[in-house]
Amino acid sequence: MAKITLSNLRHSYLANPSGPADFALKEIDLDWQDGGAYALLGPSGCGKSTLLNIISGLLTPSDGRILFDDRDVTDLPPDQRNIAQVFQFPVIYDTMTVRENLAFPLRNRGVNEAKIAERVAEIAEMLEVEEMLDTRAAHLSPDNKQKISMGRGLVRDDVNVVMFDEPLTVIDPHLKWKLRSKLKELHQRVKATMIYVTHDQTEALTFADQVVVMQEGEIVQIGTPVELFERPQHTFVGHFIGSPGMNILPATVEGEQVLFHGQPIPVEGRLSGEGGTTELGVRPEFVSLAENGVPARVRKVADVGRHAVVEAMVGNTSVKAVVDHANLEQGAEVHLAFRQDQTRLYRDGWIATEAAS
Amino acid sequence: MKTENQRAWFFVLPVLLLVAFNALVPIMTVVNYSVQETFGNNVFFWQGLDWFEQILTSDRFHAALGRQFLFTFLILIIEIPLGIIVALSMPRKGFWVPVCLVLMALPMLIPWNVVGSMWNIFTLPKIGLLGYFMNDVLGVNYDMTQQPLSAWITIVVMDVWHWTSLVVLLSYAGLVSIPDAYYQAAKIDGASPWKVFRYIQLPKMKTVLTIAILLRFMDSFNIYTEPFVLTGGGPGNSTTLLSIDLVKIALGQFDLGPAAAMSLIYFAITLLVSWLFYTLMTKDDAK
Repeated sequence: MAKITLSNLRHSYLANPSGPADFALKEIDLDWQDGGAYALLGPSGCGKSTLLNIISGLLTPSDGRILFDDRDVTDLPPDQRNIAQVFQFPVIYDTMTVRENLAFPLRNRGVNEAKIAERVAEIAEMLEVEEMLDTRAAHLSPDNKQKISMGRGLVRDDVNVVMFDEPLTVIDPHLKWKLRSKLKELHQRVKATMIYVTHDQTEALTFADQVVVMQEGEIVQIGTPVELFERPQHTFVGHFIGSPGMNILPATVEGEQVLFHGQPIPVEGRLSGEGGTTELGVRPEFVSLAENGVPARVRKVADVGRHAVVEAMVGNTSVKAVVDHANLEQGAEVHLAFRQDQTRLYRDGWIATEAAS
Repeated sequence: MKTENQRAWFFVLPVLLLVAFNALVPIMTVVNYSVQETFGNNVFFWQGLDWFEQILTSDRFHAALGRQFLFTFLILIIEIPLGIIVALSMPRKGFWVPVCLVLMALPMLIPWNVVGSMWNIFTLPKIGLLGYFMNDVLGVNYDMTQQPLSAWITIVVMDVWHWTSLVVLLSYAGLVSIPDAYYQAAKIDGASPWKVFRYIQLPKMKTVLTIAILLRFMDSFNIYTEPFVLTGGGPGNSTTLLSIDLVKIALGQFDLGPAAAMSLIYFAITLLVSWLFYTLMTKDDAK
């Protein structure tokens, strides 16, 4: 097990990249602590799988180094890095039994049979697949196949990191939850570093201690699920995480005041930086209907059971608010209040208010 | 309430008629000939299973059958591994993929009798390029019109040239259907190239290889045109395969009864071997 350091990592799939647009990964500097549970979250095509393949050694980066505990592994092939990877579609060796599948990585490394039997039994017990050990792997259901692929990763006790590349894509919804908690439990038992790539925020937030959010080849924020939810560093994070996502509203700055459609809006703290395109960010959960505030007209009310999502128009800007059940008619005039300590200013997408102390 | 409706049979009728006229009627004609003797003028005498007995006990049939199995065995043992090796070494993407595929398909597009003529001219001693090269440049005594061994080598090489592509194309189709993740997982698991072949590529090619072997078995077991054009079954009877022998009996000697019985035996062997092979190959999947 090891700490993984990515330094000045860049990657382009083109032979002669000319501009930043040619890079699938742009300048990544990141430390993965030993034993951490990480999620790599971002929309499709943001470079997360590229990053994963670089860590596993399936891809060699155009620039930059990868260190496992200060040992440079940039030029090592995957089998010499002691890593494990679980792919989107379960990879199993059809002609082998489950037992042979689990033993395969150990046999290839010349581990002695007694040790193999011991490890396979241990992993089978952990994954609860003991009763299928002697069946042909080809006949398993997708979730069991995916368990076996995970098992092949975990069977080596010297793995530096186990990586999951959207492993639940082909799993039925009702089994996803089960497998996800199994993963979490495995992480606590084996204490290996785990990196989980997904575009599904629920998967990322439930699995990881630390979530790395990526967009267009860049890391926009690293933080705990709570940090990402409460104080997004970038409007992309605010919008991408949460359901519905953060309200990103056009705003103008006059001195220390932030104006939204001419109305002054109090924000969490002092403003920082200057210039740029300024926007207000506030999560729908922190917008409420009040006696006075920004006047708006209700456009749509969606009752989602536990609460209702009200979409109201301020001028031609739509603002969403999560409220307890509201008896609102379409077209009703309301006033919106933004909770001050949860309202922030963003310049060119990046946060530009200091946190309230 | 389910209403019984027999009208569907009308839609099947054209197919039944078609199959009857192009398969059942001809086969039944053959069956008819196989149990009778005729001296022409549409006069027939009942012979029972005499012709079958005669064929099954004749040395001539045994020899032809032996040659047929040897030929099929030789071309299978060469074409299947060679086809797999060529498929494995073909590029998976890029500019060369269509080029390779077209080059591979070319031999199969040539009419069979043309293939026979080509190889005939190519291998004739003195005038053929290969014949001249072997005899006058390398000094090897090679003459497929005179020596059984030369004739055998030539028909086997000709079939390999003509049909290995089929195995290549089928294997290639199996190979490109393997997702990249399998190769990546194998790399991470530390699998050697042999293990990648044994546990990933071969299992994924199994279905198409079954089809390839079946097709090559049936085609080579029934082969007629190419060896007929190339050697005419000679020198002597050394390359007289089953179908060539059958035509000699049927059209050369006009022994319709024995020829019909031989056809049916021939058909039964092809069917039986194909069935056995297919059953064995797909046995595991049913489990």
